[in-house]
Amino acid sequence: MVRREFAKFLVLGSLGLSFGNVWLWGRGLLAGPASPPPLPLPLAGVDEVPVGGVKLFRYPTGADPAILIRLAPDRWVAYGQKCTHLACAVYYDHGRGAVVCPCHHGLFDPASGRPTAGPPVRPLRRIELAVSGGRIMAVGVAAP
Amino acid sequence: MKAEPGHRRLLTAIDTALGCILLVVVVQIWLLTASVEAALAGDRAISLPALLASGACFAVNAGLLRFILRLDRLGR
Repeated sequence: MVRREFAKFLVLGSLGLSFGNVWLWGRGLLAGPASPPPLPLPLAGVDEVPVGGVKLFRYPTGADPAILIRLAPDRWVAYGQKCTHLACAVYYDHGRGAVVCPCHHGLFDPASGRPTAGPPVRPLRRIELAVSGGRIMAVGVAAP
Repeated sequence: MKAEPGHRRLLTAIDTALGCILLVVVVQIWLLTASVEAALAGDRAISLPALLASGACFAVNAGLLRFILRLDRLGR
């Protein structure tokens, strides 16, 4: 009798997992049209952030923490600050040359945002930048 | 009292089917995890094939459950 009940329990779990995939597919179908592109946001003057330095900001909304990194005198990158593993706040370690997640020691390549070590498997959300009038501007969020 | 050989074979068959169900459930868990990761990364194309594969897994499990219940009725 125990085997019978256990088998029923497992198959019920199997049905639940199938419904999980149904929900995921349905959610993709019902996803609305893409929201309009966010407005450009001035972040910093071109010389405000030193090489190897960072500036924190929020983009595209106030609920989205982000990090601007100056990798070289003429190279800036910006990413969403949420680790793609479990959403911990990442920071830039210039000495290690990596964006680091302190929670589970995930590492990201600062040039591309791609994970290089640890549990994350998806790249950081990249924020597109432009230079205008001597200022670094956030102008959009790159597609995943 | 020792179980009859026929009864032992029945239990072995049921246990084997149970083991197969468990394996398929593990595969389904992996499938769902991979689908969620892909969806979060913006790849929605994977959701339909994953749904079909998960549905197939459930169909296999349902068939195995039916097999177990039939064996259980035979054994009683």
